[in-house]
Amino acid sequence: MKPGKVNSVRGGILLLSLFFLGCSPPEARKKRIVIWHWMTDRQPAFQELAQSYQAQTGIQVDFQLYAPSEAYSQKVRAAAQGGNLPDIFGVLSEKRDFASLIKAGYILDLTPYMEEGDSSWRNRFFPQALAVNEFSQGNTYGVNPGIYAVPIDMVAITIVYNKNLLRKLGLDSSQPPQNFEEFLDLGRKIKEEKLQGLVSGWGELWLIYCFAQNYAFNIMGEEKVLATIRGEVPYTDPAWIEVLRLFEEMKNSGIITSKVVSMVNKTAEQIFANEKAVFAFNGSWCVNVYKGMNPDLDYGVMLPPRISNKFPLLVWGGAGSSFMVNAHSPYREEAVKFLKWLTAPEQQSYLVRETNNLPAIKECKESLPQILVSFSRLLEKSTHPNSWDVWESPLVNETLARGIQAIILGKKTPEVVAEEVQRVKERELAKKSN
Amino acid sequence: MKLRQVLEDYTFILPAVGIFIIFYIVPFFFIFRLSLFEWDGIGRLSSATFVGLANFKEIIFRDSNWWRSVSNAGWITFIALTFQNSLAFLLALACSKRIVLRGVYRIIFFIPPILSEVVVGMVWRFIINDVDGANIVNQVLAYLGLHQFVRAWLSDPNTALNVVALVHSWKGFGWAFLIFLAGLQTIPREFYESARVDGANSWQVFKNITFPLLVPVIILVAILTILGTMQSFVLIISLVGGELAGYTSVPVLRILWVMRNSSRFGYACALGINLGIILVVASFIQYKFFKKVRDLI
Repeated sequence: MKPGKVNSVRGGILLLSLFFLGCSPPEARKKRIVIWHWMTDRQPAFQELAQSYQAQTGIQVDFQLYAPSEAYSQKVRAAAQGGNLPDIFGVLSEKRDFASLIKAGYILDLTPYMEEGDSSWRNRFFPQALAVNEFSQGNTYGVNPGIYAVPIDMVAITIVYNKNLLRKLGLDSSQPPQNFEEFLDLGRKIKEEKLQGLVSGWGELWLIYCFAQNYAFNIMGEEKVLATIRGEVPYTDPAWIEVLRLFEEMKNSGIITSKVVSMVNKTAEQIFANEKAVFAFNGSWCVNVYKGMNPDLDYGVMLPPRISNKFPLLVWGGAGSSFMVNAHSPYREEAVKFLKWLTAPEQQSYLVRETNNLPAIKECKESLPQILVSFSRLLEKSTHPNSWDVWESPLVNETLARGIQAIILGKKTPEVVAEEVQRVKERELAKKSN
Repeated sequence: MKLRQVLEDYTFILPAVGIFIIFYIVPFFFIFRLSLFEWDGIGRLSSATFVGLANFKEIIFRDSNWWRSVSNAGWITFIALTFQNSLAFLLALACSKRIVLRGVYRIIFFIPPILSEVVVGMVWRFIINDVDGANIVNQVLAYLGLHQFVRAWLSDPNTALNVVALVHSWKGFGWAFLIFLAGLQTIPREFYESARVDGANSWQVFKNITFPLLVPVIILVAILTILGTMQSFVLIISLVGGELAGYTSVPVLRILWVMRNSSRFGYACALGINLGIILVVASFIQYKFFKKVRDLI
């Protein structure tokens, strides 16, 4: 055969090989699980775990970071519409959106996997961590009952206090104010020392709503709060006006200033880390944030000071970040296996060490640093809107939170805000009944 | 031959028309279609509920938050149209003359617009705020003995929107300056020389030559100012932290909030269409107004 013909045959064989390689079935290709997330601070730890998993199983795991969280949320929505969701992803919005994704068939029901054998995977988690990812029988979202996501950490939102500044104010640094009166009394001293009292990202509405809910539970109890959401108790009820009045009292005492309303949480975290504020209303994620901003910061964790002994004060707590499995993924079985591995004690302990977040499982509670232990104790006194079977209209929540901002700014009274919220609530109820 | 020429011409503009249709016209109709539905942006579009013009009705008759945001943006735009553009016009006029260091001034004036809105917001927040900033404005006021004016500028509902408007003008005047300067340089020197020979004074030169010839440029700057200012929002987030109980709310912040927090994607699209209509109407009125002014001159 002539050399030219030999080369042609070789070229043909090479092309055919490439063609058949490209057409090989998915099983024959190297397995690769793609995970989308928004947790910038956890990316190095996730990558480390991915390498470790690949070394153990041969399956490549690709953690893809998309930040900030707002952009991430939009990406997930767009990918759901385009049918391009990765094998594993997180949902960063309210349970309502989570339910919509499930109903549209994008998320795999994990209940059979959780209950395999003697439900060992399910039993591994704190009940509060699973609650936000679970839909019970007859839920108002219209989702088939089941567990649809795997929690990878937990979060508790409460008040943290600066021990040095408490000493400066003449208080015992291990005895932060226990009741609301003591809390308000500190306002005058804080003003004299030219410090900030309580700082938080109250420019972002959800943190105000969270703080107001804590006191709503304390003042009127869980049943009445949920009855309000169902539309059975009006927002003009005296108990709700008492909740709104707390913000006026805090402003008048000097424990908060109007500046809190123009703060995003990052700014509030910076102010607290720089020891310019005595208190901050923040989530347990702050442990890692403060460590980065001021490693020497000496602070403690406390419940928001009670106003009443009639009902317990419940803070928001439960699953922080959760991962869902794409129901259409060709690697969904592998994805579930990986999530089982990720939530095993060894990996969870590693995540706690590296990222200072509360673990989602019970078995590595012992390895927690002291400050996280304080946060974890609050989980027994926690609740979360995503674990309730009813949900409030976002428009009502917004009107309430904006109204509280206006109270802090001295532009509206609690009574006026309560009436405004009730008007919106009635409109939303009427819309629902149509 | 003529047909061939026509086909050739159309072939040249076809790519541009195609891109315009695919990326502007089609999305516009898609958004308009979405605005007629109650849809959460997640579930399949086939499961969305058709509500007709109900979203628009709700915007017009019930959404007071929306109209407040439009009014706030209208105020920022008014400041930009008057204060910002007058300043830009005067500085452009000064820099078009033969003054010392005019090249340096041109560079300095053009620095703010090329900075990111996030950076501008953060820098001004640092300058203005006391807790997380240097509190420079209040310190200067106190130094001048003007203690009665010392305040929390960014969290006082009486001042926050005005601060936003001024910082926005500070950032935006460089663009207007550049366009005015370019416009001034297109006016032939001979006109001025002839006017001088005829004995016209500076005011007469400005009134009868500079201003009439600059009207098309003024219309352009005014329309660009309206379009840009009515859609600003990043500066507000970085400067004030958000809507401040509605006192610094603007339309795009409202659209974002509705889309992200209330999952009413169809309603957010209707808000977008509503904003688009407001901008077209405002630009058209502006265009007609300046055309009338030019005709009167």
